[in-house]
Amino acid sequence: MMRTYAGHSTARASNELYRRNLQKGQTGLSIAFDLPTQTGYDPDEELARGEVGKVGVPIAHRGDMAALMEGIPLAEMNTSMTINATAAWLLALYIVTAQDQGVAQEELQGTTQNDIIKEFLARGTYAFPPAASMRLIADMIAYTVEHVPKWNPINICSYRLQEAGATPIQEIAYSMSNAIAVLDAVQERVAADIAAKDGSTDSAQAEVQKRMEQVFGRISFFVNAGVRFIEEHAKLRAMSVLWEELGRERYGISDERLLRFRYGVQVNSLGLTEAQPENNVQRIVLEALAVTLGRDARARAIQLPAWNEALGLPRPWDQQWSLRIQQVLAYETDVLEYPDIFEGSRVMEGLVAELLEGARAEMAVVAEHGGAVEAVAYMKSALVDSHRERIRRIESGEQVVVGQNRFTESEASPLTDDAQGGILVVDPAVEAEQIEAVRRWRAERQQQAVDAALRELAAVAREERSGENLMVATIAAARAGATTGEWAGTLREVFGSYRAPTGVGEAAALGGAEEVDELREQVTRLQEQLGRRPKILVGKPGLDGHSNGAEQIAVRARDSGMDVVYEGIRLTPAQIAASALQEGVHVIGLSILSGSHRQLIPAVIDALREAGVTAPVVVGGIIPEQDVAPLRQAGVAAVYTPKDFDITRIMRDIVELVRANGSSSNGSSANGSA
Amino acid sequence: MSADGAGLGARLRERDLSAAPAALNLLESASASDRRQATALLREVSPAALGGEAAGHVIGVTGPPGAGKSTLLSALLKQWRARDQSVAVLAIDPSSRRSGGALLGDRARIDFDAGDRGIFIRSSAAGERLGGLSWATRAAAHALAAAFEIVVIETVGVGQAETDVADAADTVLLVVQPGGGDALQFLKAGVMEIPDLLVVSKADLGQIAAQTARELSAALRALGRPSVGVFAVSAVAPQQGIEELAAALAELGAPGRVAERRLRARRASAISDYAHEHGARGLRALGGRRAAERLLEARDPGLDSAALLAALEEAAGL
Repeated sequence: MMRTYAGHSTARASNELYRRNLQKGQTGLSIAFDLPTQTGYDPDEELARGEVGKVGVPIAHRGDMAALMEGIPLAEMNTSMTINATAAWLLALYIVTAQDQGVAQEELQGTTQNDIIKEFLARGTYAFPPAASMRLIADMIAYTVEHVPKWNPINICSYRLQEAGATPIQEIAYSMSNAIAVLDAVQERVAADIAAKDGSTDSAQAEVQKRMEQVFGRISFFVNAGVRFIEEHAKLRAMSVLWEELGRERYGISDERLLRFRYGVQVNSLGLTEAQPENNVQRIVLEALAVTLGRDARARAIQLPAWNEALGLPRPWDQQWSLRIQQVLAYETDVLEYPDIFEGSRVMEGLVAELLEGARAEMAVVAEHGGAVEAVAYMKSALVDSHRERIRRIESGEQVVVGQNRFTESEASPLTDDAQGGILVVDPAVEAEQIEAVRRWRAERQQQAVDAALRELAAVAREERSGENLMVATIAAARAGATTGEWAGTLREVFGSYRAPTGVGEAAALGGAEEVDELREQVTRLQEQLGRRPKILVGKPGLDGHSNGAEQIAVRARDSGMDVVYEGIRLTPAQIAASALQEGVHVIGLSILSGSHRQLIPAVIDALREAGVTAPVVVGGIIPEQDVAPLRQAGVAAVYTPKDFDITRIMRDIVELVRANGSSSNGSSANGSA
Repeated sequence: MSADGAGLGARLRERDLSAAPAALNLLESASASDRRQATALLREVSPAALGGEAAGHVIGVTGPPGAGKSTLLSALLKQWRARDQSVAVLAIDPSSRRSGGALLGDRARIDFDAGDRGIFIRSSAAGERLGGLSWATRAAAHALAAAFEIVVIETVGVGQAETDVADAADTVLLVVQPGGGDALQFLKAGVMEIPDLLVVSKADLGQIAAQTARELSAALRALGRPSVGVFAVSAVAPQQGIEELAAALAELGAPGRVAERRLRARRASAISDYAHEHGARGLRALGGRRAAERLLEARDPGLDSAALLAALEEAAGL
């Protein structure tokens, strides 16, 4: 199956895009949702500011879902939704939309990602605490197995782990541990469902086993393929071995078909560079080979990123290019014509054995922590460490990245020459329109029905009724016309809100790098000048959960001898301003990768100035060249983009910035009255 | 250029909460000119300048990592703010300094409204001694108590150095989690002598929390401290025990009790500073620790610990 991951601006604009892509030979839909939808906020909530319609389509209620799917026959469609914390809600909207098209839920085909553990570890678009999230997932899986049997309710996404720095062994071990946590939770839920109906007889036990076989067979994975494509291929073979083993030994499954490791793939975005972005095309091709070369571990569905993802949002033409790569591979080459070409290869067997051994050891560590849910903090800090090691190798040149740390001389690129720098820019008017639209929706619906549906949802969510399936109340709320923010808000109220571990506190110190030693001396001198230790606030405004960059900056700042205030993701401008003021920081570093920097950075700077904070602000993230000047004008002292991979250099700049600022004033906060 | 210490101190005395950030910047600074200004600041908020003890109730919240201190604090903050009491939190982060720097994550774990001007949270790194307090933290607690109604010092304690917190705070609240042998460890370490209140967190775990609370009560009785309250509390929904805990804290914050405790603390701190500076020989010059205590008891109760230290030095002819 070939898809491109798409969606932006509004439901209507995305609908047009899908219909065009289907005409070009795409065989399924892959929906990208915007961050407010992914994290359960309506367009008019404070945290949604700057994010509406940015990285995907905003879906606030069933009216939006109907517009998104207009003219697309859902009975024939295979729809992949990259949605996690709010997966149950989006599936409910999809089911309601299908019913309105006259299609029964039993006929629906597709996938919801629904993998919450990796959100805590890597991507940050969670909405509820871990235990409540697992209940929601278990409920949804139990529901789909019974009522939406062709749906893949969960797609364990090791993809994100690699993006967060996972080594192949970590990617295998953590995703398998994650699957175990989900399966165990579902087993509990299914057993409770059946016990409630039939008591605990032998036949009930057989029914639980039968249901679990269906569940196991419906679980699929979404893996990452990096540019070291031979090792990556071995990784996939190792994963299929482990998956089968798990099915047989832990869950007593014997049906060969159900034991097959089913996976889709998104090839690596982490390795894509902003410098000489055209090189990303050959990286993408090689990574696609990793998942197609050997038949025994071949992906069932592939999504390729666009060559310009490190620059900003891809345009339709960029996505077409990615689709064409897959088509050339499938229809022009002979890759698909042979049986498994690695069969009998001693090198491949050895590689697989090595990965298996490492992964089993790491899985044992997670199990010792009490399983994947309990081990979130452990896994997170392990990933932060791995990512740091990767950056260190690139900085030192041990790991070559062509065009970035070697062979860097380049002609001007005609690809990025157009006025917008070769990316898609979402019209800022979209957000205002969506805010207007959701308010109109709320005003025009049957409020009483919505209130009743949300009350019932809250009641089922509570401890006393945890034996009931949340999906039923969720579908009823979708039908009644509740909004995404209302559904999630109701559950947050019951489950409580949550902040995931940042993983930086436990990160090991960087040993022995000479450049860092030098930096540390500069920091010590700066401390003498300032009177106290230089203090930096590293902040992530908005809903963007891609925290790798912020984490690495935070850890390196600490290693350089600074005091670092890092509060994790999802902060409002008011929160950042309050922290900067109260903590008395000397400099503020903001990180944004979602493309919402144009709105959010000036908003943060306004909030800081209003609070009386005069400390300089630096910004890092996926910031297109043409946005740098406006940000500087708004008061940003320096802007760093993915081509600035040398963190030590960034630190040196920051120290110098604080030094220069410190000689004009002492500390960050104004001494005058507020 | 140093900030105007006396001006900041005067603003704190006038309960201008917005002076807190700059006051802390000054108190944390080691530069000579800032230290002079810091002294001027502290003078403005001394009992002498205030015409009595600072009104704020300084509460030390301590306990092992993961015991649930931040979650408890989040719940207490809501209680206090609902009663319109202003709160300052000095969060001493357990992450040990590596290469000199430190990652301060405590702030993220405390749930509060960033737009609320009645809350002030400041993080700093734990010093070399786990649980120990820096001079800046003690000075900050003292200064903020003039402006805020409640000042919390949150530290990680594992049984070795809580005495610092006991010296700096009017009331010490020790948080332990149910089971796991925390309680036993505290008994062994002799830490049970310190807290004024004990909180068993995660009461949502049910039976095990209740049992831990019973064990702790028994241990306190055995130590001859039956009056120390033990609370089983769940700070997450559905909450339990939070209101009762807040009420008990309010009782312990009564002005008479606080004043007496501070006086004792000031005397103890002067003697410990003296001993730190002049060693055992210095103490002998005064005729021993008991003699030093008697000497201080004869002085004006309004004197701050620096003045008391000076008095000791004078008496020893140093």
